[in-house]
Amino acid sequence: MRIGVFICHCGSNIGGTVDCAKVAETASHYPDVAYVDDPMYTCAEPGQAAIEEAIKKERLDGVVVASCTPRMHEPTFRKTVERAGLNPYMFEMANIREHVSWIGKDKEANTNKAAELVLMAVEKLRHNRPLVPKSFDITKKVLIIGGGVAGIQAALDCAEGGVPVILVEREATIGGKMAKLDKTFPTVDCSACILGPKMVDVAQHPLITLYAYSEVEDISGYVGNFNVKIRKKTPYVDWSKCTGCGACTEKCPSKNTPDSFNELMGKTTAITIAFPQAIPKKAVINAPYCRKLQSGKCGVCAKICPTGAINYTMEDEIISEDVGSIIAATGYDLVDWSVYEEYGGGKYPDVITALAYERLLNASGPTGGHIKRPSDGKEPKNIVFIQCVGSRDRSIGRPYCSAFCCMYTAKQAVLTKDHLPDSQSHIFYMDIRAAGKLYDEFTRRAMEEYGTNYIRGRVSAVYPDGNGQYVVMGADTLLGEPIEIKADLVVLSVGIEASAGAPALAEKLRISYDSYGFFMESHVKLKPVETNTAGVFLAGCCQGPKDIPASVAQGSAAAAKVLDLFSHEKLQSNPQIANVDILRCVDCKKCIMCCPFGAIEEVSVRGVNKAQVIETVCQGCGICVATCPQGAIQLSHSTDNQILAEVNALCQS
Amino acid sequence: MMNAVYPGRMQDKDFTRKVEEASGQDISTCYQCGNCTAGCPAGFVYDRQVNQIMRAVQLGLKEQALGSASLWYCLSCSICTMRCPNNIDVAAVMEVLRHMAREEGHVTVPRMDKFWLSFMDTVRAFGRVYEIGTMSLYMLRSLRMNTDLDLAMPALAHRKLPFVPHLSKEGASAVGRIISRYRARQEKQEKRQ
Repeated sequence: MRIGVFICHCGSNIGGTVDCAKVAETASHYPDVAYVDDPMYTCAEPGQAAIEEAIKKERLDGVVVASCTPRMHEPTFRKTVERAGLNPYMFEMANIREHVSWIGKDKEANTNKAAELVLMAVEKLRHNRPLVPKSFDITKKVLIIGGGVAGIQAALDCAEGGVPVILVEREATIGGKMAKLDKTFPTVDCSACILGPKMVDVAQHPLITLYAYSEVEDISGYVGNFNVKIRKKTPYVDWSKCTGCGACTEKCPSKNTPDSFNELMGKTTAITIAFPQAIPKKAVINAPYCRKLQSGKCGVCAKICPTGAINYTMEDEIISEDVGSIIAATGYDLVDWSVYEEYGGGKYPDVITALAYERLLNASGPTGGHIKRPSDGKEPKNIVFIQCVGSRDRSIGRPYCSAFCCMYTAKQAVLTKDHLPDSQSHIFYMDIRAAGKLYDEFTRRAMEEYGTNYIRGRVSAVYPDGNGQYVVMGADTLLGEPIEIKADLVVLSVGIEASAGAPALAEKLRISYDSYGFFMESHVKLKPVETNTAGVFLAGCCQGPKDIPASVAQGSAAAAKVLDLFSHEKLQSNPQIANVDILRCVDCKKCIMCCPFGAIEEVSVRGVNKAQVIETVCQGCGICVATCPQGAIQLSHSTDNQILAEVNALCQS
Repeated sequence: MMNAVYPGRMQDKDFTRKVEEASGQDISTCYQCGNCTAGCPAGFVYDRQVNQIMRAVQLGLKEQALGSASLWYCLSCSICTMRCPNNIDVAAVMEVLRHMAREEGHVTVPRMDKFWLSFMDTVRAFGRVYEIGTMSLYMLRSLRMNTDLDLAMPALAHRKLPFVPHLSKEGASAVGRIISRYRARQEKQEKRQ
């Protein structure tokens, strides 16, 4: 074998604390090494050209590059050696940057360690075999989980790109949190007016299948070939017959049902249509509040329904769909702010969340767009907004910034002045985070044109003064003094967290999530919509707090990733997978039980049962290799022999 | 250490470290939200608000922290600790600053210190507070002979000001033992240092 070794300086990143020329010189004496070089930047174009040239000139049949982490440039160099005619798996990488130069200052020790890592790579390479990926068919259909603005955008972009879309929404209508908003910053345009057309497009697009009031039950398979089980929760209304006329909602006698769409700012009926522009505009029965379902006596809606759509015995339905890719766009929920007992924890009727306040501002909300105090229906004069309730608070385990509260609080102060010109808004803030196009101008307008009183400080307590008002005890840290404000209404900018059930869905999708339940992207900066599971992409707040423009952008970005994936006729599987030696396999089935991907099946070989790896499903994790009591499974490209060769190289050098 | 970051102020980073060590708190996590100040029931008489004292400690502004009269008006009610979003025990920091100020002989509101000493004297003697004793000692120490006398009559009328101390023999000796044990440990530590 003829091996070429390239020791990268990476400018001064490696060259600063490792004597690269010396490492190259040492490596030239390693077995089978026919060529060494120490280029300044191996990944740069001249660096790659030098590798290609060396392969051809020196008739190399394997290459070792000692540079940065393989996570960074292994794909780069695999392509380089492939261009020069080698199998891409006749390549090994030694990490002498993250593992050597960046962590140690002793140049001599670093140089020795680098040389040892290179020796290990050379010894491994000597046992490498050319590997060829298998190609497999893909189902060109995408599942989008979540019908908020991010999911809607992703669905429309995919469908416009010619990809059939299955859109699953947990609630009875799509639109998500944006559908609840009154106006949107920084332009103060009506939320329903800009979201509505997109929702209608979703309903009318021939390539989009919408499952509202449904949840993803189970996901199996792998990129290109996922199978998804979707639970269609029963609405007790046959939606194929329901015309959305709303007659049932008018006649329903159970008028004390909490209105969750209106953030509990009013009561509704047990059978409801969330809001006038709902998509699909279909009625749903809220079972715990339905008299017929609870006590068997009522049935008014069934009598009144002109199309006979009401069906009290309807049951959940499980639907199976095959898709090739999945976009998770499950959005967010408000942090449980009842822990803030100092703000009443939900006990005071006039201390409400900002999302509830949106419903009070909204013309289709419970007050018809008139700001009225929930307690007595009077117009408030003095309104206090408290920011960072449940954000940037380590004491409740929510240390992060919810990203958009500063902006919507400014917007709500502006809207409040528009609705009630005699009112005065006070905003308690810690920092005004208005980093976005036209954002800072907007908060300045709230202060300068709308006279909003911004007070830099947090609020320690809110309590009723006994005369219908609330005392807000805050601090003005710029002045260095405590401050008390008598408020008629207190609005809390409650922070956000991943939506309920996000971790459970992540387990089904086999993607990672952080300690707050937000889904983990593949790379914080360079792969913000990809996950570590191929074919699964992210959009919107499920990945982290973001505002509408960012959610829409990420929805489109995820759609672009799906279109990219589906632009291939077939996909190639990673050949670094497990292989079963059937002579050693005793059919104990331990590998089948431990495989997290269901990639091992039992097959009959001349009448004897043996384990077999499904090549396109195996992810090469190696759990079966470690589990097999017979040592019958080997992982291609990381065989026992290769690992032992590396260990020997390290211990005997 | 003379860092002329704040003109005319002496910065002592060692001071920050000492306060952190003695209080067991990480002062660097304070981001000045002001929640401690917002809830402080004594803040209206403070010369420097709690969040400003925390800032002074962060910057090593020893003079400003230890010289603040607020330390002596603090009621140790711990609302600041309860509200702190960064889990800083602010009340413990205030306590540490009071101790440091006394060790440095830098008690800005001496009569507050005198009241404390008088209070502790009666507790040591009787195992629990003896109001008239505390007040008499305080008056002697501070030479403020007629302070709070207007409260004496109503308190007497409500039988809240007994002339004889509530004596609990066992209790008094037990509390006495606690105090002498603390004293002994204190002396030992001082000798070691």
